[in-house]
Amino acid sequence: MKHYWWKILGILLLLYSIIMGILGPVPALPIVHETIRNVYFHVPMWFTMFTLYFISVVYSIKYLAAGNPQHDLVAVESVNVGIVFCIFGLASGMLWANFTWGDPWPNDPKLNGSAIATLMYLAYLVLRNALEEEQKRAKISAVYNVFAFPIMIVLMYILPKTTDSLHPGSGGNAGFGQFDLDGSMKAVLYPASLGWILIGTWLMTLRFRIRKLEYQHQATAA
Amino acid sequence: MSLLKEVKSLVHKDVVLEWRSKYAINSILLYVVSTVFVCYQAFKSVDPTTWNALFWIILLFASVNAINKSFVQESHSRQLYYYTLASAKAVILSKIIYNMLVMLLLSAIAYLVYSVIFQNPLGDPTLYLLTVFLGSTGFASVFTMVSGISAKAGNNSTLMAVLSFPIIIPLLLVLIKVSKNAMDGLDRSVSYDELVVLLAINMITIAISLLLFPYLWRD
Repeated sequence: MKHYWWKILGILLLLYSIIMGILGPVPALPIVHETIRNVYFHVPMWFTMFTLYFISVVYSIKYLAAGNPQHDLVAVESVNVGIVFCIFGLASGMLWANFTWGDPWPNDPKLNGSAIATLMYLAYLVLRNALEEEQKRAKISAVYNVFAFPIMIVLMYILPKTTDSLHPGSGGNAGFGQFDLDGSMKAVLYPASLGWILIGTWLMTLRFRIRKLEYQHQATAA
Repeated sequence: MSLLKEVKSLVHKDVVLEWRSKYAINSILLYVVSTVFVCYQAFKSVDPTTWNALFWIILLFASVNAINKSFVQESHSRQLYYYTLASAKAVILSKIIYNMLVMLLLSAIAYLVYSVIFQNPLGDPTLYLLTVFLGSTGFASVFTMVSGISAKAGNNSTLMAVLSFPIIIPLLLVLIKVSKNAMDGLDRSVSYDELVVLLAINMITIAISLLLFPYLWRD
């Protein structure tokens, strides 16, 4: 198989998740009703964002260890694409919340945590813009990225677990798995997540390659 | 062993430098007292939730202002001199310890002035003071690292605020929750989880600072 097999796999998984997500069977539940299908689109956004931020922090560590400027480009493009997925996750979540909780922005720790984490990564981009010198920019922003990553995990995954949350699986609420008795939802959710992760990584590599060409162009022109 | 010695002498140096001029410490104390007084004039009397939130906000801004300067008060050439003398780990550890000392003094005075001016009964003063202790050390360890980053980025104070506020929010949320528990005099077992989270955040930030600072310092 050629090296782009995973891109085809990503597209196929997405097609599968869209068709099965809209047509497939879902458990009949009060309040959420058919909006439970949003789980196939809302949850994978966060998985993809988390994967991209993780790639970013890995490449930041690699940059600090080796000093290869391409690693820095991967790190910044992962954050760029990750922020887009985070915005999609917030938007799909707000639509859903409007239906089920009656308010697009209920005061929920998970919502506030993800909004603050987004601010943190926007601050990373601001920090990059504040620095002119290329090597210094790469190094300092890599340091900030590694510093911010564990705090993002605390904000989005640890704090909501300890406090009352509207989200399933935290604050004493029943987890998602309890409604899915025959596993038919898992059969869509997991491929959908993998598909979105692959698409997100593909977007990141595309942006990285454009950045790399620009970088090489500048290097030869200078 | 030599790391400990380096840290000790660097902290000693910072304390002596500060003691000779007393500029930073006096200005920050004046800042705290005047902020508390402005709040008093504006609010006159507050309910317990606001009392607690206001205290942490005053402490947050005071600590940003106090720690903001920790890497820029000395000239570039003198930092180069330290670079030749001490390891990067000793430098960041000594700065964190020094800032913790400053923050402890600052928060003790802020707490005293605040509770004298705004009278408010505390349910569990010991736990509240423990929270203030953990909070001020946490502020010191997070802000020291961020001030190192912003100092390398041309020390823009807006940048310091932009970089540090999202990072400090989880700490602040836990602090406000535990201190509210302490104010209401809830049973201590309610707050154990949060205290562990606070301790863990402090440990993580100090460990990451130790790992990352050498990259910042070597310029």
